[in-house]
Amino acid sequence: MDRREFIKVSSLTAAAVTVPSIFLSGCSQQPRPGEGKVSTTPTVCDICFWKCAGHVYSENGKPWKVVGNPEDLHSNGRFCTRGTGGLGSYLDKDRLKKPLVRTVGKNGRQTFREASWDEALDIIANRMQKIADEHGADRFAMFSHGAGANHFKNLLKGYGCATFAAPSYAQCRGPREVAFNLTYGEGVGSPARTDMENSHCIVLIGSHIGENLHNGQVQTLTRALENGVSLITVDPRFSVPASKSKHWLPIRPGTDIALLLAWMNVLVEEDLYDRDYIEQYTTGFDELALHVQQFPPEWAYLQTGLKPSLIRETAREMAKNAPATLVHPGRHTTWYGDDTQRERAIAILNALLGSWGRPGGFYMQDKVTLPKYPLPDYPKPKSTFKAAHGSDFPFASQAVSNAVIDASIGDDAHYKGWLVYGTNLPMTVPGIRSKLKQAADALELIVVIDTMPAEVTGYADVILPECTYLERYDDLRNAAERKPSLALRMPAFEPKYDSKPGWWIAKQLGEMLGLQKYFPWKDYSEVLGWQLKKVGSSLEEMQKVGVKNFPRKRPMYIQAGEARHFKTPSGMIEIYSQQLAEQGFDPLPKYTPPAARPENYYHLNYGRMPAHTFSRTTNNPLLFQLAPENVLWVNPLVAKQWDLVNGESVQLQNQDGVVSNPIRLRVTERIGPDSVFMAHGFGHRSKRMRLTHGLGADDSELMTNVLIDPIMGATGMRGNFVTFIKLESDHPVHA
Amino acid sequence: MHDMTIKYAMVIDTLTCIGCGDCVVACKTENKTPVGLNRDWVVEATRGTWPDLRTEFRSERCNHCSNATCVTMCPTGASHYWRDSNIVLVEANKCTGCKACIAACPYDARLIMHPDGYIDKCTFCHHRVEKGLDPACVSTCPTQCMHFGILNDPGSKVSQLLRTRNYKVLMKETGNEPNVYYLT
Repeated sequence: MDRREFIKVSSLTAAAVTVPSIFLSGCSQQPRPGEGKVSTTPTVCDICFWKCAGHVYSENGKPWKVVGNPEDLHSNGRFCTRGTGGLGSYLDKDRLKKPLVRTVGKNGRQTFREASWDEALDIIANRMQKIADEHGADRFAMFSHGAGANHFKNLLKGYGCATFAAPSYAQCRGPREVAFNLTYGEGVGSPARTDMENSHCIVLIGSHIGENLHNGQVQTLTRALENGVSLITVDPRFSVPASKSKHWLPIRPGTDIALLLAWMNVLVEEDLYDRDYIEQYTTGFDELALHVQQFPPEWAYLQTGLKPSLIRETAREMAKNAPATLVHPGRHTTWYGDDTQRERAIAILNALLGSWGRPGGFYMQDKVTLPKYPLPDYPKPKSTFKAAHGSDFPFASQAVSNAVIDASIGDDAHYKGWLVYGTNLPMTVPGIRSKLKQAADALELIVVIDTMPAEVTGYADVILPECTYLERYDDLRNAAERKPSLALRMPAFEPKYDSKPGWWIAKQLGEMLGLQKYFPWKDYSEVLGWQLKKVGSSLEEMQKVGVKNFPRKRPMYIQAGEARHFKTPSGMIEIYSQQLAEQGFDPLPKYTPPAARPENYYHLNYGRMPAHTFSRTTNNPLLFQLAPENVLWVNPLVAKQWDLVNGESVQLQNQDGVVSNPIRLRVTERIGPDSVFMAHGFGHRSKRMRLTHGLGADDSELMTNVLIDPIMGATGMRGNFVTFIKLESDHPVHA
Repeated sequence: MHDMTIKYAMVIDTLTCIGCGDCVVACKTENKTPVGLNRDWVVEATRGTWPDLRTEFRSERCNHCSNATCVTMCPTGASHYWRDSNIVLVEANKCTGCKACIAACPYDARLIMHPDGYIDKCTFCHHRVEKGLDPACVSTCPTQCMHFGILNDPGSKVSQLLRTRNYKVLMKETGNEPNVYYLT
């Protein structure tokens, strides 16, 4: 309702007030929500990486709800399903409650016992010191996810560590960032710099926005739909955006590059590309034109199963709407091991359409220039993260988690200790469980800091219970966005149980390791207050408003005719990549057909569901009620062939014989007969997560065929196939 | 039929609804509903055969019918209209839990017994409506596919949408005159 209607309601209802209250009823003895004493505290959501800003409401001292801050560009005042359920992370009865230390019981079995903070931190500090003394602090690695990791990065940089791996890179958006950097000299970033609300045509390739709830993405795609955008969705599954699309292209899994090359062929052959943009800003077009000559839609039809007429029609549709055509780069892009090349093809296609830097394509972000709190320089580590990679992955711009794990196995392994913050490695890195066990055997120390007893805690020597984002300060959110803005996360509640904020934990360890000079404050709010003063605000102001937007300092789009220097070696948009050629990689994307599907096996496709973030939220008591388990999508023809019915549970066996937890079937036309699909994040084995334990299946443990991207090390996850095992049967049933 | 001055309606655009369930969680936290009981839910309806398909998502709840059979059938008067509107409420201390309303509701929109001993249901968040706010589900929906307002005000957004877009209601044939509309 808008304000005008609100006034009307008041005037209409005013008459009713004269009626004796007994007839008004409605005021039964059940108190209405919000009648009590209500207080609000600003927060920045930590349920996913989108980091929306909002307010936590309490009523009569009890947690009530979390809602978006209308000033916040990430959420526009509307939290997604998971953020709305964020209180569940605070309320979860299975949270880590006290520090836990690995110990050997009388029977020789290893167990965890509760420990005091002093004891647990002392064990960690001693072993870290021992590793630094005996091997060097550069032999320590950190894995992390989430903003709270910064406290531990500060600690470990002071210690001398050089390896900071994040599965968000090599298991997710790394190939996209590398490909766009190679082409445009800049990555896509997070939040993605897609200008969807101004797009006239949007192309989604395997990206299921709406099932992944990256809030700003969902909101801008919806605005585009309302504006009548021509949506083209490429997906073997009839995904949610496919159901909203003008064109759905049910592509054969693994053949996306063939389609991209054919689209480029049409744009070049039919002279539909942005000639001025190409001439002014790019280099290597002639090589591309020659290259894509070989790939007409008729060729792509044989690979993708998509009719040549449909490929031509959609290419023309893109060109017609250019430059307000966005070929979306996606986010989780680690699929087939040639992912940097696929993302390069997407980047080049966008260049042909002239969409980079143009309204409806990709905008130029801006952020606040926020000074860093003054700290002494960090020591220079004895080696860099490249030590984990050797000569592999020349374009990896940060440590590759899977490579760090590989370099932690064996007595002569490079790495001797790990700190794992907020990332559940066994369900995040594909097919990694046996390697994790080997690494755990060899490493001298594994510290896990988390809020939940996720599977990764089972590998730890010491587990530290962090309090949730609703109970702590973290760094200010300063994301590059449409407008520069800052957002504050602050404690809405006292830390529950014996949990502590990350900044406190890092500071204690810093003091024990003689690194107190990197923590020259009593409380982290001092750091935030100092920074905020430098940009004309204050902690007090931010505690009131939560979000502060600042004016842009640079234009959002490339201006007409503007001379522009791109941050590539040539200063141009590099269609042909000399950088790749010099390292022995294809300078223009090539298509490699995917492995053939074995008989009676199906492509294992996976994705997100809107109720959950990976494996992090499945035990959240609010979100659990919405989606307690994942289900396996199966086409009715496949179900018939295997004599399976909707709702029945099966186990899956992959091409290497790995068998999953039981999972219920969802027989649906929304998936083709060559694939199955499940949401990622279920099939937990940790018994300490009592709600979610044992429910649904874990796709990541079925991903034993990992297709490594030689350019930057990402783990391609989509080269796996599964067949069905009927329950109460030892062997696969053969159809 | 109930004589009402204000007719509140919810208008939900199925073309932009993604079925994310945010409305369900927002209702749950706003109204503090007990574990396992939800006042709203999401339906996915798919028609056709792969690959010629159509999928529609609908956020569903009590329709706050103008001719609500649950109100008619309630033997104690616990089910009632709020003020002179079509918002159907249950007065907890008059409800005996006889479940006549559950049987009478064509939309299955009434919750089985609340642990405090009454039949619970969607209130259109009347505690928010009287403050001029949208119901929690509408105000949090990330797609903004949900709209709330006064149907007998021709200038309201809901009235405008129903004038300019194709729409349907669920089970029109019951004669209950539901007030949740789906744009198609």
